[in-house]
Amino acid sequence: MAYSEKVVDHYNNPRNVGSLPKEDPNVGTGLVGAPECGDVMKLQMRINPETQVIEEAKFKTFGCGSAIASSSLATEWVKGKTVEEALAIKNTDIVRELSLPPVKIHCSVLAEDAIKAAIGNWKKKHGVEVPEHEKASH
Amino acid sequence: MAIKLPIYMDNHATTPMDPRVLQAMLPYFTEKFGNAASRNHSFGWAGEEAVETARQQIASLINATPKEIIFTSGATESDNLMLKGVAEMYREKGNHIITQAIEHKAVLDTCKNLEKHGFEVTYLPVQRDGRVDPEDVRKAIRPSTILISIMYANNEIGVINPIREIGKIAKEHGIFLAVDGVQAVGKIPVDVQKDNIDLLAISGHKIYGPKGVGALYVRRRNPRVQLAAIIDGGGHERGMRSGTLNVTGIVGLGKACEICQQEMPEETKRMLALRKRLKDGLEAKLDEIFINGSLEHRLPNNLNMSFAYVEGESLLMGINDVAVSSGSACTSATLEPSYVLKALGVGEDLAHTSIRFGLGRFNTEEEVDYVIDKMVQVVTKLRELSPLYEMAKEGIDISKVKWQTA
Repeated sequence: MAYSEKVVDHYNNPRNVGSLPKEDPNVGTGLVGAPECGDVMKLQMRINPETQVIEEAKFKTFGCGSAIASSSLATEWVKGKTVEEALAIKNTDIVRELSLPPVKIHCSVLAEDAIKAAIGNWKKKHGVEVPEHEKASH
Repeated sequence: MAIKLPIYMDNHATTPMDPRVLQAMLPYFTEKFGNAASRNHSFGWAGEEAVETARQQIASLINATPKEIIFTSGATESDNLMLKGVAEMYREKGNHIITQAIEHKAVLDTCKNLEKHGFEVTYLPVQRDGRVDPEDVRKAIRPSTILISIMYANNEIGVINPIREIGKIAKEHGIFLAVDGVQAVGKIPVDVQKDNIDLLAISGHKIYGPKGVGALYVRRRNPRVQLAAIIDGGGHERGMRSGTLNVTGIVGLGKACEICQQEMPEETKRMLALRKRLKDGLEAKLDEIFINGSLEHRLPNNLNMSFAYVEGESLLMGINDVAVSSGSACTSATLEPSYVLKALGVGEDLAHTSIRFGLGRFNTEEEVDYVIDKMVQVVTKLRELSPLYEMAKEGIDISKVKWQTA
């Protein structure tokens, strides 16, 4: 199977690889997927509680090239956005940007879930109720 | 010596043709194009002679007689023919077949098909090392058992089954033993007499011969095996497989067998040395890598390893100038990780991280060294990227984590 140029680029030069301190009250951590399924994504964001702006995003992913690219792209996209804007990112946007084939759509779904999970975790830390539609579906 | 990229190290999938095989085949495309079934002119005779030479070469490799070799389009057809042919021919004797979990799909899917037609199939499990326990075979035998089908060596993990012991059990009970010999024939000694094999499927393109040709050994004496044909037509191959013989391919298959027989002792040594170099090289530089299946009972050219915390497809993507394959779900059409590794009891998480190296006649030490360096580099990079590796390093037991799955 041939990968799109953008997937290859993210795979070769993944953006924002790393970890943030998960105990930090301003850091939200999302860990989605499972090793048995062949995909695990960890997405972390440092969110400014005043402005609700995502100031920093880091990821680590166990998965195929498309999963790595999806999460790498997600960190790029959420950085500088407000929480609300980040929650508006849809997996289909990722599919389009990376030209993912149908068998790789689940990678984009996982990335969307990771965004929701990370923000949900941050909201929880701040005592904010997470509405049902913002919860990770996977 | 400079290395030519990409490097091919996927010789269980297919092998490049040996140039000597090609040379042997060439005249049969053009000058010697006769139909081996044309009995009344020299073109036909030349074709027939070439086919008989090939029969001899194949028979010699497996200690059979030439008349026991019939030609097919490949090992999938040979597997189909040996199973369906026996099932139909001996249906009145019984309807039970014994096979095992990690056969090639050509055997498993044929068995599933036979189940739809009233046959009962026992799928034996394999042990942790990937081998069938002969005692399990014995215990599975019923009065209605007509056939035992066990592969000689597995195509993913290269593990070799105790065929001789299974053959003995089959013979004691008067049950035919059908063996998928695709990965083993030409690589390790296979002797249909000593092993008590009654049917043996052989492929051309796994032993440096051409694609599109295979053979089936069908025992003629002690006992004689009869087969119902699955392809009807001109009655070629003593009625067992109709269709004009693929003379060119058959010449290639014969020559490939001859070379394998002549060079086996030396080639085995070379493969074992290359594999040791590969295994030692990887193990020296990477922690948490595991060999899948028995190392002792394994084809000399196979190495199947799991690289924990690194998903197989992303690994393949990183070593894109090296052709190997993975048991990861992402590399298969079904999105399921390897059924072979699963049957061994390899956890699905580790199955996703497996790589199959298939060494071959034309691989060199320099290539092996290149593959080691590349693997180390990519595995290291991907582990830096892996949340699982990070968790493991923090002392978290990955198997105890409650994952959010759909």
